[in-house]
Amino acid sequence: MIARSLLLICLLQLPADALAQGFAGLGTQAEGFAVPSRDYQFSFPDDHGPHPDFRIEWWYLTANLKDNNGRDYGVQWTLFRSALKPGEAPGWQSPQIWMGHAGLTTMDQHFSAERLARGGTGQAGVTSAPFEAWIDDWHMAGSPDLSHIDLTARGSNFSFLLQAESNKPLVFHGQDGYSVKSAAGQASYYYSQPAYRITGHLDLPDGTVEVQGSGWLDREWSSQPLAEDQEGWDWFSLKFDSGEKLMAFVLRSVDGQTTFALAAGSPKKGVLHPLPLDAFTALPLETSEVTGRSIPTKWKLNLPGQDLEITVIALNNNSWMETSFAYWEGPVRIEGSHSGMGYLEMTGYEK
Amino acid sequence: MTRFALRAILSHWSLHPFQLAVLLIGLSLATGLWTSVQVLNAEARASYQRAENQINMAQWDILTSQTDLTLEDFAELRRRGILVSPVLEHELQGGSKPIKLLGIDPLSFPGLEVILGTDHAPSTDPLPFLLPPGQVVLHPETLGDLNLTQELPPYILNASIPPGVVFSDISFVARFSQQENRISYFIMPSYQPLTQNISTKPPSRFKLQKAEKSALGLSRLTESFHLNLTTFGFLSFAVGLFIVQGIVSLTFEQRRRLIRTLRCLGLPLSKLVLFFLAEILTLALISGTAGLLIGYFTALLLLPNVSATLSDLFDTEALTYLHLRREWVLSGLSMACIGALASSAYAFWQLWRMPILLGPSFLARGQQSVKGYGLLLVAGGFCCLGGVLVFQVIGGLMGGFALLTGVMLGTALSLPYLIAKILRCGSLLAQKPIFKWIWADTAAQLPGMSLALMALLLAMATNIGVGTMVSSFRLTFLGWMDQRLSAELYVTARDDAEGDALEDWLHQQRITTLPIRSTEFRFEGQLLKIYGVVDHTTYRSNWPMLSAEDGVWDKLARSEGILINEQLARRMAVGLGDQLLLPETWPKQILGIYSDYGNPDAQAIVSMPSLLALAPGAENRRFGLRLAQQEVPSVMKKIQQAFDLPNRNVVDQASLKARSLHVFDQTFLVTGALSILTLGIAAFAMLTSFLTIWNQRLPQLAPVWAMGIERRQLAFYDILRSLLYAALTTLLALPLGLVLAWVLLHVVNAEAFGWQLPMHLFPLDWLGLGFFALLAALVAAALPAWRLSRIEPSTLLKVFANDR
Repeated sequence: MIARSLLLICLLQLPADALAQGFAGLGTQAEGFAVPSRDYQFSFPDDHGPHPDFRIEWWYLTANLKDNNGRDYGVQWTLFRSALKPGEAPGWQSPQIWMGHAGLTTMDQHFSAERLARGGTGQAGVTSAPFEAWIDDWHMAGSPDLSHIDLTARGSNFSFLLQAESNKPLVFHGQDGYSVKSAAGQASYYYSQPAYRITGHLDLPDGTVEVQGSGWLDREWSSQPLAEDQEGWDWFSLKFDSGEKLMAFVLRSVDGQTTFALAAGSPKKGVLHPLPLDAFTALPLETSEVTGRSIPTKWKLNLPGQDLEITVIALNNNSWMETSFAYWEGPVRIEGSHSGMGYLEMTGYEK
Repeated sequence: MTRFALRAILSHWSLHPFQLAVLLIGLSLATGLWTSVQVLNAEARASYQRAENQINMAQWDILTSQTDLTLEDFAELRRRGILVSPVLEHELQGGSKPIKLLGIDPLSFPGLEVILGTDHAPSTDPLPFLLPPGQVVLHPETLGDLNLTQELPPYILNASIPPGVVFSDISFVARFSQQENRISYFIMPSYQPLTQNISTKPPSRFKLQKAEKSALGLSRLTESFHLNLTTFGFLSFAVGLFIVQGIVSLTFEQRRRLIRTLRCLGLPLSKLVLFFLAEILTLALISGTAGLLIGYFTALLLLPNVSATLSDLFDTEALTYLHLRREWVLSGLSMACIGALASSAYAFWQLWRMPILLGPSFLARGQQSVKGYGLLLVAGGFCCLGGVLVFQVIGGLMGGFALLTGVMLGTALSLPYLIAKILRCGSLLAQKPIFKWIWADTAAQLPGMSLALMALLLAMATNIGVGTMVSSFRLTFLGWMDQRLSAELYVTARDDAEGDALEDWLHQQRITTLPIRSTEFRFEGQLLKIYGVVDHTTYRSNWPMLSAEDGVWDKLARSEGILINEQLARRMAVGLGDQLLLPETWPKQILGIYSDYGNPDAQAIVSMPSLLALAPGAENRRFGLRLAQQEVPSVMKKIQQAFDLPNRNVVDQASLKARSLHVFDQTFLVTGALSILTLGIAAFAMLTSFLTIWNQRLPQLAPVWAMGIERRQLAFYDILRSLLYAALTTLLALPLGLVLAWVLLHVVNAEAFGWQLPMHLFPLDWLGLGFFALLAALVAAALPAWRLSRIEPSTLLKVFANDR
């Protein structure tokens, strides 16, 4: 998930030949930006708000939903913050760039939308008390402890309005929220609320549908999260019918090799237990042609130590986000030793 | 064998260099005209493309406000889901002229790829714009006017933005002009997201200004311009091909004996066909190349007119040079080859079928041709019928063109039959033997002349048709302008407050003032502009009504109904007395329909009280003033002094009319030039026909000469015959031209532009054209007649000794 910072590199659209060093751009050019430290003490509700001294940050919610006829849907709502330089300034002088992405996936359709804004103008931003993250007319707003949030976004041919509730505690990844992302030590601050119950409605070209289901919110911020040779990632957030959760990702290197794979097991007492590095394997089983690219849409996931052997299958192979940089993100179904639903995000699959 | 056969075949050209020349010239002219039209079309389109690719801030709807716009307004609009983009203006002083610095927000600006891109590669990467030290983007011309000592970020030159403005990031402009919280206006892009359940209407304190649109419905005028050019391109090409076909048939005819001999000597037919094919393709390539040159120079000659049209229609640079484009080189050469093959197809077919030992005389073949006229007539009938059927079935613009093609081709094909019939009547009526002979001789030459006459018919009909259309259009347009622009002076204030002040001032000056106020909304998927008018005799006596109820203006003044333009009536298929289902309490009864040429949009008129009741915010900036003509200059001056209005805001009727008419005339100038060229080619076709039948004529003339008719008299009869052909063709071209004009005005125009034009007739023009045709016939016949008058008696005597 941390590798989503790549998205922000893409947002800034560095030329392709600079991209190899572009990782270094995030990794090494953090001059002036704050860097995550192992002994950080989170402080809420402030930490639900923005950290402009860090280079990148996001508020990221995915939801697996069903309508009254049992049809599956997926919704993604993301607000990214990317700083051109550390700190905040008023009005147009603000170095903060905000980007909203919204996705809505049905069994046979996928919709996506994007909004861009500069900080300092009020067009986009995040406040922690009361909690509100917004860009234009899209927002994620609710109680300061995030136990209740409303969520809305709108594209040219779709919109959604959802309410999310959870009485479960937040869970912290890695070492109390300090999440290492590469062997070289790149890291981020990372916590989640993986247990939202969601109700609401989706507006589709064919009409409005009432839906309910579950949601997973990720909060993460950092300044230098990736190693130089990391090219793309495959990120899974899985919710098993047993109530257990699994967050796992694979960072792929430029030559296609797995460079870093990390998995975190079931949440207990607000902690997702990190599993040993490389205890987890993910193998593509099938690929689909999506906008001229070959994208793996069926995966085999293995966690031998946990007796977990599952197949993850895309709900809709065409969950392609047509945003200013494009990637695959959509709901998945889980079969095998465990069953359930989840979300999959894949980037770096170039034409 | 091959070598000798080739030499024998090609020797024809050295024996008949004139035929070779005519063939080459005919094909070159056809290709040349085709190419010149292609070149002009391509250049004109490229020119609009450049114009369209330019950033023009007036291309978008914008939001303004009476009070200063702020960052808070921006945030409020965006958070309502109205995707506006802010613009902050600042005037840069210190250079050779003031330059407008435009601060934009690259994250929301709708024309970003034009500003940041180069001519070849659009870019949407906002980073260089956003990251320090930032960038300014300007037109190369602007650079010279800029004071570069000012602390501007590094500049990028881009010809796609208008001169006189400099684009930069809004953060820089805010800092530079010390207007951190101010926004000059918002751009409102046409794309807005799903509006279900939320209102994307800006709050009422914002004022929406619609994007600028040309008053003349630019794209439609240019389309009509291209339509005209393309039609002419095809017609000229077709006319040129008639020449080619005539010559090719003749050369085959003259080489019959040669062909027969070669075949008897054992040359296979397939090889013979191959030789002829190679010959015609070589000639096509040679004349195609020459045609390209002719086309290029013709285009260069016509260029100033096209260029003037374009710079009138668009505010773009004039075209001063032509690019040699691969497309039109290829299109020219392939048209030459296809044309040459198409026009020699019949000759090849005959060659293939020719019995090896048959060498039929011309006379017999001539009689066969007379029978062939019947077949041509039937074919022509089918063409006309086909055109009508296609029009009935598919209708629309394409149907209109199918109808035109069918009728034109059909009539051309029927021409020999009709002329033959008229000639037959003539010979029946003739009393004296010599006149009987002239009629009969004219009929006998018809097979050789029919193609040239068809070409002449098409050229003249086109001339009459297009001429009638353009002149009718012009006359109607003039009349309409006289009616619509009935006020002597038009004044536009900069905003409503100034408008109100201006109105008060005008009242104080006791000047009759007609406010021009309107509102605009979407109605049935189209933009509808509704004007309010005060009750005044200006409208009563001038407004160009197509149809109206009795007492229409009284009823309108009592707000009992609405007037609509022809376009709206046509699109909604409504007529007088119908109800127009407008929303709210707009008057609905249709009291009258008025003509509104050149306007692509739907428009309607209600009484001023109705307008103000339903659209109280309708802006009050434009006024028509009724004045005595001699007062106009002094009032113009007074208004400009009192209100410091820019020149373009105070326009007198005369210059407005002159400007509109100029644009109109420029649009059709090239059409006129091409029309004359087509006619010239048709005259040339006649000349070639006369010259090519020259040799065949001798065996027919010799006996008449032997019977005592002098050579000079024979020559005179030849000229008479030529004039007879031209006169008959003119007679037939006239109705065909009028049909063409009718279809253009009533079908093509109505389909393409949404309005019909009344057809005006111009008999004087026809007389002139008829005179021109006779002149052409005279010139074409002059050379053969001169040769005839000078021919050696021995040559005529030889005819009797010859086998022919």
